[in-house]
Amino acid sequence: MRFFVSVDNLSVRFEAAKPVHAVNGVSFDLAEGEVLGLLGESGSGKSVTLRALMRLHPDKVTRYGGAIRVDGQDVLGMAPTALDSFRGKTCAMVFQDPILAFDPVYSLGRQISETIRRHEAVDQATARARAVELLERVQVPSARRRYDAYPHEVSGGMRQRAMIALALACRPRLLLADEPTTALDATVQIQVLLLLRELQKEMGMSVIFVTHDIGVAAEISDRLAVMYGGRIIEQGPLAEVMREPSHPYTQGLLASTVTAGMRGRRLEAIPGMPPDLTALPPGCAFAPRCGLAVDACRAAAPLPVSAGGRQVACVRAAFPGTTKIPRPARDDTAHADHQTSLISLPVPEGPRC
Amino acid sequence: MSLIPHKPAADRGGPAQPLLIVGSLRKYFPIRGGLLGRGHGAVHAVDGVGFQLGKGEILGVVGESGCGKSTLARLLARLIEPDDGEVIFDGDGVGAADGIGVKELRRNLQLVFQDSFASLNPRMTVEDSVAFGPRIHGQSAADAIRVAHDMLARVGLEPSRFGGRYPHELSGGQRQRVNIARALVTRPRLVILDEAVSALDKSVQAQVLNLLLDLKEELNLTYIFISHDLNVVQYISDRVLVMYLGQVVEIGPVDCLYRDARHPYTRALLSAVPSMDPERRTRHSPLTGDPPNPVNPPPGCRFHQRCPHARTVCAAAVPKPVEVAPGHRAACFMANPASGYDSSPAEVGR
Repeated sequence: MRFFVSVDNLSVRFEAAKPVHAVNGVSFDLAEGEVLGLLGESGSGKSVTLRALMRLHPDKVTRYGGAIRVDGQDVLGMAPTALDSFRGKTCAMVFQDPILAFDPVYSLGRQISETIRRHEAVDQATARARAVELLERVQVPSARRRYDAYPHEVSGGMRQRAMIALALACRPRLLLADEPTTALDATVQIQVLLLLRELQKEMGMSVIFVTHDIGVAAEISDRLAVMYGGRIIEQGPLAEVMREPSHPYTQGLLASTVTAGMRGRRLEAIPGMPPDLTALPPGCAFAPRCGLAVDACRAAAPLPVSAGGRQVACVRAAFPGTTKIPRPARDDTAHADHQTSLISLPVPEGPRC
Repeated sequence: MSLIPHKPAADRGGPAQPLLIVGSLRKYFPIRGGLLGRGHGAVHAVDGVGFQLGKGEILGVVGESGCGKSTLARLLARLIEPDDGEVIFDGDGVGAADGIGVKELRRNLQLVFQDSFASLNPRMTVEDSVAFGPRIHGQSAADAIRVAHDMLARVGLEPSRFGGRYPHELSGGQRQRVNIARALVTRPRLVILDEAVSALDKSVQAQVLNLLLDLKEELNLTYIFISHDLNVVQYISDRVLVMYLGQVVEIGPVDCLYRDARHPYTRALLSAVPSMDPERRTRHSPLTGDPPNPVNPPPGCRFHQRCPHARTVCAAAVPKPVEVAPGHRAACFMANPASGYDSSPAEVGR
């Protein structure tokens, strides 16, 4: 099977007095029309991975390793002109902060029609009509009027919709979304998520959706990849990873995320803090915070092991179908508890207060 | 508490006296512009907010951006002057002739903000930042450093390792611990946490939430917990206050409000929370459009233009809060049988 996106052992290093090892051997494949959620905390390398897919990092200080293939093209080896046409046409990005991503001195509509004309031989009027149509499609009210609005004149939710319209202007086959809903209110966030889901189905795009919020990932992804210390430590079908996380970090992350029905229970926080990317430990980056770590974890970074569509990079991980390692009893019940709370969310029906 | 020599202020009113009584608090920010700098209307940031806060309680405050949550926090701490209304702290009117002065209030009431970096002076070491409050309130330099060290240890930062560091040398979670230590070192009785855990990674957020709950028990604190994260608010709060365009639309005990919200806005807010269940994803958005602009709020119920249940009466009159269950109040005509709300479907001029 040929995948639409294929990332093989990608590494990204930023040159500085102390080099930053932002991404350290990331591999994943993405089929056409599939949505991959890339979940991780700040500094886990999720955004760096995403930007590497469009080679957006400054060439002077960035050292790439490994390979990225999108639709059969070698992104890391692409010539500058090919890259210009690749960006926006094959692959487009939605950023977290649209006020920074838009040019403040051009109207929203003009930036969209300019993108269309950059990639397709159409005249001004056609491009304008297409841009208005796109704004309508992303549910910007009175789109014709908003075409001439400047980025600062519209609300945050509307700016993000316009950003999505801009990204979709040339019908890209791969959409990269970098925390597009993080800065939005919950009521607007859900609108934008539903819109993205709808557009993805309609256009059959592949999407890579970066987020730190597992609730958001659960709303949109087909598959989930969890990153830590610049590596993917676990990936698999979304529902399976959420129901039965294999890596101790994924388990800890799920247990420490506050969800409905956790009231009155002490949170199972992961001790310590995320690793420093200028001084990663030689072994598993999570080992210093992991309750299950043994000497082997600290010696060398564990290689990912695959089974049944899932993959985990942990020497101590219990895989569904492989030998389970014994865990402390307390731990087991705690996670079992948590899983029930995830699957059977309390239905808010009961006696009236 | 023996660890910290600085004693908290005495409980004056006794356990039955609410720690905070807020009545009809109002703050409009005038918008200036134009050639002569004349007024162009005003942002109705907080418009007639009233509630009570019991001792030892955690009150969650939720609402969309621009609803006035943070302005409310700043009004309570007197960082800005209210246009109208009163705040009574443990029986003493704030700023009143026979009441409690602003400096005394601020020793009793402290804030922790969202941006842990912007909250700290980048040119002061951690221990100096934490010791600053006690110095202002009259302790000697040596004593102030000593209580600062005690408090740093209490929030999980070893004073010998972290005391001499500058804010940029700490992680986000550590900086927020410094801010918590700085807030608690004057032994306040009320702490307002304005999105204090929102910027933290989930694994670190859980550590800080645990710390806040421990400190509350140990130091007999009362919290106002402002957040946009409804899951965290449900986890930590005893009671929840829902704000919309500068007004309180609903307030009640957390279980009651989450199970049986009576204001359509609260229900919309609650159903906008991601489901956490891939098998049961959200199908419909509860609200369309963005939060409205607080500059010219609509007449009548401020929510009526976005409300699926709005009737003529909603645009004509302002709903008063009514008690729908013990301690649970909602400002909606639907909750009040005597309001003249017509439950039959009708078209409302929007």
